[in-house]
Amino acid sequence: MVNLEIKIHELAFKNPVLTASGTCGFGEEIADFIDLSLLGGLVVKGTTLKHREGNAYPRMAETPSGMLNAVGLQNKGVDNFIRNIYPNIKDLDTHIIVNVNGSTIDEYVELTERINELDKVPAIELNISCPNVKEGGMAFGISCPSAEAVVRAVRKVYDKTLIVKLSPNVTNIADIAKAVESQGADSVSLINTLLGMAVNAETKKPVLSTITGGLSGPAIKPIALRMVWQVYNAVKIPVIGMGGIMNATDAIEFMIAGASAVQVGTAIFIDPTIPLHIIDGIKSYMERHKIQSVNEIIGSLQC
Amino acid sequence: MKKTVNDFLLLENKQLNKDNFQLLLQSPLPISDIYPGQFINVEIKEASEIFLRRPFSILDVDYQEQTISLLVKILGRGSKKLTEAHAGQTINAIFPLGKSFTLPDKSDRILLIGGGSGVAPMLFLAKICGLDPANVSVLIGARSASDHIDVSSYRNYGQFYFATEDGSLGEKGYVTNHPVFSDQLDKFNKIYTCGPDLMMKAIGKTALEKDIFCEVSLENMMACGFGVCLCCVEDTKTGHKCVCTDGPVFNVNDLKW
Repeated sequence: MVNLEIKIHELAFKNPVLTASGTCGFGEEIADFIDLSLLGGLVVKGTTLKHREGNAYPRMAETPSGMLNAVGLQNKGVDNFIRNIYPNIKDLDTHIIVNVNGSTIDEYVELTERINELDKVPAIELNISCPNVKEGGMAFGISCPSAEAVVRAVRKVYDKTLIVKLSPNVTNIADIAKAVESQGADSVSLINTLLGMAVNAETKKPVLSTITGGLSGPAIKPIALRMVWQVYNAVKIPVIGMGGIMNATDAIEFMIAGASAVQVGTAIFIDPTIPLHIIDGIKSYMERHKIQSVNEIIGSLQC
Repeated sequence: MKKTVNDFLLLENKQLNKDNFQLLLQSPLPISDIYPGQFINVEIKEASEIFLRRPFSILDVDYQEQTISLLVKILGRGSKKLTEAHAGQTINAIFPLGKSFTLPDKSDRILLIGGGSGVAPMLFLAKICGLDPANVSVLIGARSASDHIDVSSYRNYGQFYFATEDGSLGEKGYVTNHPVFSDQLDKFNKIYTCGPDLMMKAIGKTALEKDIFCEVSLENMMACGFGVCLCCVEDTKTGHKCVCTDGPVFNVNDLKW
């Protein structure tokens, strides 16, 4: 029997495969396809204090080996989450992690306090990297002082596992990772989408209503792997890797590069059963390589 | 029925005319309760430039044989690649998706208007609605006679009318120029439509003016098809709604048309 259990800070996960925020709804949307309790964790759709309509349509463009999105954190707000969604998912036998967003530090703090009241949410993913909102979002994640400020404020009110989701749209992601680690982050997850753009040559217009959007999918995997490796080498806290993971081999590559766990995102759009195939694939890889604990894979890159 | 991701067997791929193909897919699982307007999201194989699945409306279902028929019109790279598939091939698909049209009541007099591949759910609805064929009118629009698909096997389900932009079949002009729409709309108490956006908007606006029940099936671009990517939203009177899960069928009253 191989052991798939990993730890992020003090929180134990039954396996290292989580579904990424914004790609699995609140779990219920993919419950027809998979037994959610088999997942290591479920990072639910980005939540804000108040209801957000998100950006105008069109919000999506297919690109080579990937896609751009410009959803803009459409969600019904934290009250709706607590009242109408949390009761349905709180007893799932997997970790529910809420992706927390704000336009100001006060909003991040207030939202974190609300989520902190929920017993069955053992961790938050602080999103300082959404490229599709005008205020807040990525603005906090692209400079060390602002990243530090938001993590410092949230850390003061939150004792559970604090994961900070990092933006790849920076000069040196390792510096940002070190900055959030210095303010008490328990883990960093990376990468969020890369800022990109699509143009319609016939109409000479941008494809997305917001002109720019976030690029995801296999197209960004090499960049994500490189950043996971850089961050793994720069910080002591565990790294959660993501960016274009489509299969178990991709996931294992992230772990070898230093990820303690992975998140599967855009792949779910193509096939919502992929996260379970990845868990099975990691098991077979471990059996084939006679690896007993998945922890042996983490950071095992031989240079 | 529960949504699943499955390998379907392509039993037949029949070219209907230059750009339209009819695909017959066999499900590995029993099929139940499929209604017009619902769709399937199909993986396009061996096409590295195509990343996302492509959604297609259901044309017909055979519960006994566990098959579904799709009308695939070549619109871009994805649909083109799919029409090159051969019988005997497996096609991975997510099915069934979306909400259907509201089935008419026995006393209704309905007008079904299809354009392009939007003909598929209209023919499916004509077939299963169970109304007296005298109370079912089907109006189909296309660029030219050669773009129209053969609907002779559906003739028993209603009265068929055609419009072509070049006048080569039926009335010359758009479906909205056809007398059945421009002069005789008061004969109907329900309009159902699927097709190009501009066509549906013209129909929807008229229906709103005349206060006739009207449902439209939208084709907004989507990534997932099951309500997690939030990319295919339509701006409705009650905010952004996912075309894939809240639709694709909407009552025009709910839209900002």
